[in-house]
Amino acid sequence: MLTKILSGDMPRSTALAVVLIAILIGLAFAPFIFPGVRSVDTAARISIFIVLVASYDLMLGYGGIVSFAHTMFFGLGAYGVALASTHMGRGFDALLVGSVSGALIAALLALLIGLFSLRVRAIFFAMITLAVASAVAVLVSQLSGLTGGEDGLSYKIPRALGPAFKFADGELFGVRMDGKLLKYYLVFFSSLILFLVMLRIVHSPFGRVLLAIRENDFRAEAIGYRVVHYRVAATCISAAIAALAGALYAIWLRYVGPDTSLSMEIMIDILLMVVIGGMGTMYGAVIGATLFVLAQNYLQNLMDVAANAVTGVPILPDLLNADRWLLWLGVLFILSVYFFPTGIVGRLRQPR
Amino acid sequence: MSAAPQHNPTMARMSLAERLAPHAPVLLIVGLMILGLIAIPSTSSWLTLTVSGLAMGMMIFIMASGLTLVFGLMDVINFGHGAFVSVGAFVGISLLLVLEQMTGAPALWLNLTAMMVAIVGAMAATGLMGWAFERVIVKPVYGHHLKQILVTMGGLIVVEQLIIVLWGPEEIFINRPEALKGAITFAGAALEKYRLVAVGIGIVVFLAMRWVLRRTKIGLIVRAGVENGEMVEALGYRLRLVFVGVFIAGSALAGLGGVLWGLYQEVITAQMGNHTMILIFIVVIIGGLGSVEGCFIGALLVGLMQNYVAFLEPKLALISNIGLMVAILMWRPMGMIPVVKAK
Amino acid sequence: MSDPILSLRGVRTNIAQYHILQGVDLEVPRGAVTMLLGRNGVGKTTTLRTIIGHWRAHEGQVLFDGQDITRLPTPAIARLGIGFVPEDMGIFSDLSVEENMVLAAVSGPIDSTRLEWLFTVFPALETFWKKEAGTLSGGQKQMLTIARAMIEERRLYLIDEPTKGLAPAIISTMARALRELKDQGASILLVEQNFAVARALGDSANVMDDGRRVWSGRMQQLATDAALQERLMGLSVEAG
Repeated sequence: MLTKILSGDMPRSTALAVVLIAILIGLAFAPFIFPGVRSVDTAARISIFIVLVASYDLMLGYGGIVSFAHTMFFGLGAYGVALASTHMGRGFDALLVGSVSGALIAALLALLIGLFSLRVRAIFFAMITLAVASAVAVLVSQLSGLTGGEDGLSYKIPRALGPAFKFADGELFGVRMDGKLLKYYLVFFSSLILFLVMLRIVHSPFGRVLLAIRENDFRAEAIGYRVVHYRVAATCISAAIAALAGALYAIWLRYVGPDTSLSMEIMIDILLMVVIGGMGTMYGAVIGATLFVLAQNYLQNLMDVAANAVTGVPILPDLLNADRWLLWLGVLFILSVYFFPTGIVGRLRQPR
Repeated sequence: MSAAPQHNPTMARMSLAERLAPHAPVLLIVGLMILGLIAIPSTSSWLTLTVSGLAMGMMIFIMASGLTLVFGLMDVINFGHGAFVSVGAFVGISLLLVLEQMTGAPALWLNLTAMMVAIVGAMAATGLMGWAFERVIVKPVYGHHLKQILVTMGGLIVVEQLIIVLWGPEEIFINRPEALKGAITFAGAALEKYRLVAVGIGIVVFLAMRWVLRRTKIGLIVRAGVENGEMVEALGYRLRLVFVGVFIAGSALAGLGGVLWGLYQEVITAQMGNHTMILIFIVVIIGGLGSVEGCFIGALLVGLMQNYVAFLEPKLALISNIGLMVAILMWRPMGMIPVVKAK
Repeated sequence: MSDPILSLRGVRTNIAQYHILQGVDLEVPRGAVTMLLGRNGVGKTTTLRTIIGHWRAHEGQVLFDGQDITRLPTPAIARLGIGFVPEDMGIFSDLSVEENMVLAAVSGPIDSTRLEWLFTVFPALETFWKKEAGTLSGGQKQMLTIARAMIEERRLYLIDEPTKGLAPAIISTMARALRELKDQGASILLVEQNFAVARALGDSANVMDDGRRVWSGRMQQLATDAALQERLMGLSVEAG
């Protein structure tokens, strides 16, 4: 049963299994275990980023393709929900229309970019996605009439997902039975389903061909697989799922803006999460996203403490400034690519 | 073996279209200029825009040329190339700020001397940095594109953050040297002096690079190495050394481009290198990865396109260049001047 | 063969997971043409590429004039005075014929008397001196690649299938050029599928099969013994 749900991809390491179960339980019962606005928000972000990062890994770790447009796809889903909710009024139909059309447009765009660049050279893809994504980000902030520009869009989501809605009286373990709780579980279960779907995809025959291509694209081509078709298909699936993750994020935040869904910073965050967690394994996304989001929320405080501790020493406080945490992540990132290309999951699974 | 018949090959005559094909990219520039002339209502605005387009193109070329050569020679794709642009700008502009008396004086030669100092300083710094970058970041991941992209991107993040540590997070505004402020009027069009200088520097760099590539042995090695590095080594040349040299030179040129770009924008930020990378990538892709000539022509096309469209419909400027890239890739999937690899 | 210019001892070379060379022993005497023969895919090209250092021997030794060059980088091997003509010719097609030759003269400017001599051997080179090498015909490219190796006096020439795919007229030009080189006393290791050329030029011969040398001896002996050829190379050479 469990094997079936996990598509046969067992953790194959006690430590990994423990960590994964801990993350699953933590997220499944977050509103009860960690009550408080900030921690529930963190849990929702972790759920969404797991999906986003896993969808990126579908391309990078399984397809061997580097994309810099993943936030663009993410943003398409988010803006899809935002625009639908703005123009159709609040309602689940708007959420559905927004998510689905966002995902479709993302897949279509991925198809176009893929056909253009993957046909020639896989590295074209990285360069072209970087250029296209930046252009789209600039366009979104300039077309303020439609997208709200730099300010972004705020909108209303169905009442059933708001704090004013009560689906049951009283409290359960001290947690109010309101729409906010429903919204969290909408995000959590949607993410869980999307993640299991991806797990299924990578362990399907399609996923195996992708792995074969990543190992040796010449040989895969020689055996008779059209490498380009498989890569483009992986890109489209990945883009569509990223858009759905974006839609969830938009539902959770009730706001979209360039900074929350389109910026290059998020793209770099995704890269870090994938590499640190472990490329080429879906569980890497789980661990990478969880660690990263937690660190983002809590480690920066720690750096502030450290920076204050070394006041007076030249440069050191600047280096340890909480705003400079990207510097250390960058260093960590380079070191991981060199020394731990399989990331944390790879380490945990390594036979001793 | 019987006696050999005389071997007398003749070259078949080519049709007009075939003879024009190699020059098509250059004709494209002319075509774009003519299109601009038709679309832009006033001739004097067109002239102004054309000069600034060329200036922008030259600067992008200076920044992009190293990237394309490094790729051609060793199949190394450096996503951190923009870091050299930023560092070059910060070093150069800092030097200009130190030399305020010279830049502020209304004497052309004092201004130019200050600029020379800034440029040489920036190029030395970025060249040195290129050497370190090659050793630390690039060398361990030769022959592995995926890791190259990731690691060089990581390098870019680190360098950007270090710039912020050293120079602070705020953008720095700068004044151009006194004598390069303002514009001259030519045929009713206002041509900014600084842009003319940028065009001049761009032409000098391009010609110098062409001369090195065509007339020196190092240049021959580089050109031959782009096509077939293995054979170059079998002749006895240490391609790796040449490559490191090219990497350093390319980094120094990116630094030069950074100084020019900073003075052009009159403001510098740590992220400027990352932002220019967008245009640089478009340029090297449409030019044909590895081709210096293609890079030059691509840069001019992008510069002109950007300026024309920005005048007609500002919001579409960047998108228009994406459109240009798509159009060129539909025409020639490997870029305008595809580089033939031996393998 | 007391003092060979080049000798391979038990050389094994793997390419990816394939064991291409499985212990090759080979001696190339000075001032003679040594043929390396065998059917397609038995490791002749890999042997040459291992000598020049494009592939690395995982086991065994390559000795050049007594010096162990097994681990030397390719440029250093070439600088010892080894001229290499690869199977795919390795022409720089973006460069002119002249530029190709200038590059090949590693130790300095081109020696004009040697160039004159090459022009008499390959007149086409003079005709197309300023042309891009990519525009040459296949035969002319092959002449260029051999001329490139010959532009300086090398201590050893490694030449891989110089007549592959060429018209008979050009083959004879090529054979004549190699003959002139041989008459100058050059040491040559030559891979050749054209048996007529091999017979005309070769002093000694080595036959490879399945990543090993299976026979070595006088070229003449091989050339006159049809049964031996049949056994070694699975080819029956028509008389004449």
